[in-house]
Amino acid sequence: MFLQDAPEGGVQYWELLVSGLGWTLAVSACAWVIALLLGSAIGTLRTTHRAWVTRVGNAWVELFRNIPLLVQMFLWYFVAPEFVPALKSWVIAADPAHAQFLSAVLCLGLFTSARIAEQVRAGIQSLPQGQRLAGMALGLREPQVYRYVLLPMAFRIIIPPLTSETMNLIKNSSIALTIGLAELTFRAREIGEYTFHFFEAFSAATLIYVAIAMAANRVMALVERRTAVPGYIAHGAK
Amino acid sequence: MITIDNVSKWYGAFQVLDGCTTGVQKGDVVVVCGPSGSGKSTLIKCVNGLEPFQQGDITVDGIPVGSPGTDLPKLRSRVGMVFQHFELFPHLSITQNLALAQVKVLKRTRDEAVERGLKLLDRVGLAAQREKFPGQLSGGQQQRVAIARALSMDPICMLFDEPTSALDPEMINEVLDVMVQLASDGMTMMVVTHEMGFARKVAHRVIFMDHGRIVEDATKDDFFGKPHSERAQQFLAKILQH
Repeated sequence: MFLQDAPEGGVQYWELLVSGLGWTLAVSACAWVIALLLGSAIGTLRTTHRAWVTRVGNAWVELFRNIPLLVQMFLWYFVAPEFVPALKSWVIAADPAHAQFLSAVLCLGLFTSARIAEQVRAGIQSLPQGQRLAGMALGLREPQVYRYVLLPMAFRIIIPPLTSETMNLIKNSSIALTIGLAELTFRAREIGEYTFHFFEAFSAATLIYVAIAMAANRVMALVERRTAVPGYIAHGAK
Repeated sequence: MITIDNVSKWYGAFQVLDGCTTGVQKGDVVVVCGPSGSGKSTLIKCVNGLEPFQQGDITVDGIPVGSPGTDLPKLRSRVGMVFQHFELFPHLSITQNLALAQVKVLKRTRDEAVERGLKLLDRVGLAAQREKFPGQLSGGQQQRVAIARALSMDPICMLFDEPTSALDPEMINEVLDVMVQLASDGMTMMVVTHEMGFARKVAHRVIFMDHGRIVEDATKDDFFGKPHSERAQQFLAKILQH
């Protein structure tokens, strides 16, 4: 049935799935970059012992962690443009797919950044306090202590939860179907509705999700093995 | 070289240092001892500003440590410090551990830093371990690397915070030997330790602390011969029994 022509667009059903997969990967990849950069920055700032910086970081984490992901998706797509006139006029004029894509990337990126921030903070705080003192005693300035001493070990320690987070992000991107983004789950449902072969359509989508998640898992396992510290963290996930 | 003048420190309501006054002359080796919780580690961490203090003054080479205008990282780069738990950076090889701060702080080239580091690694007898990582070395070896790392910054003085307390007994001597060598080379040293044999061998002065106070501050011979305070006498009697 995947080789049959779809009723619209002059494409076959399998091509709809491929196009959906493309959006899923694009949203996930962009959101992951945002989440990793912002999450690392905020997680790091929360360990600097500066009261107001820590409070901003805490507020960030609580804000994005305490609101359901689905609600956040609606807030970014339907509500945020109402508050920013320039954004609203762009959303009206732009290709809907672009606005949906941007909303989904921001939503998933910021949501995941709060969770990564927690992991980065936990990673840094799991290191012995003496590591920071030793860096300082050598004359390194605070940013250098983080850059050369604390973060390299903290990131190694949190690779396993970061792997879970990456896989979560990919699966969470299916929420973007609720604002109309034609990603993988959206396409699977569409095919089901056209053909009434829901079982086959969602089986295909499921297999594709599993394949992406496993690929992400393998990549992270490779990273874990490549960065393993001799005599310290002896082995990565096999 | 180091002056400590009437220094007091509190953690909240708890006073950890109480009016400590002492100093270390250039070329002197001063051993600080006392029971656990007496404040000796806190005092030595105040010397390079790793711990803040609320009252009094500390100067190192004439520079006030507690003054807000002092560039503490710059001052720390001139004061070597060795920790109880070695604190080598586990993700860096021994060579990288030795070179990191030389390159990032002193702006030496990588080649200069490696050359200087390896020379000191040789001096502590570990030149063969240069490509290994800290986790692959014994505790005694790690501590000797940590001493070489501190020396590679060409410090004007060295602080040791219980450098042998975390070591297996058979590894203590290899670290103490390096420290004795360093002392006989004329390095200014302030050493928190319970190793009274080391104190007898190389210390010029011994400071005894209890409950955040400096109870005894005497030349080595006076300290081991006839300590003034009863508390120091008890302490010595206990630890010298073995």
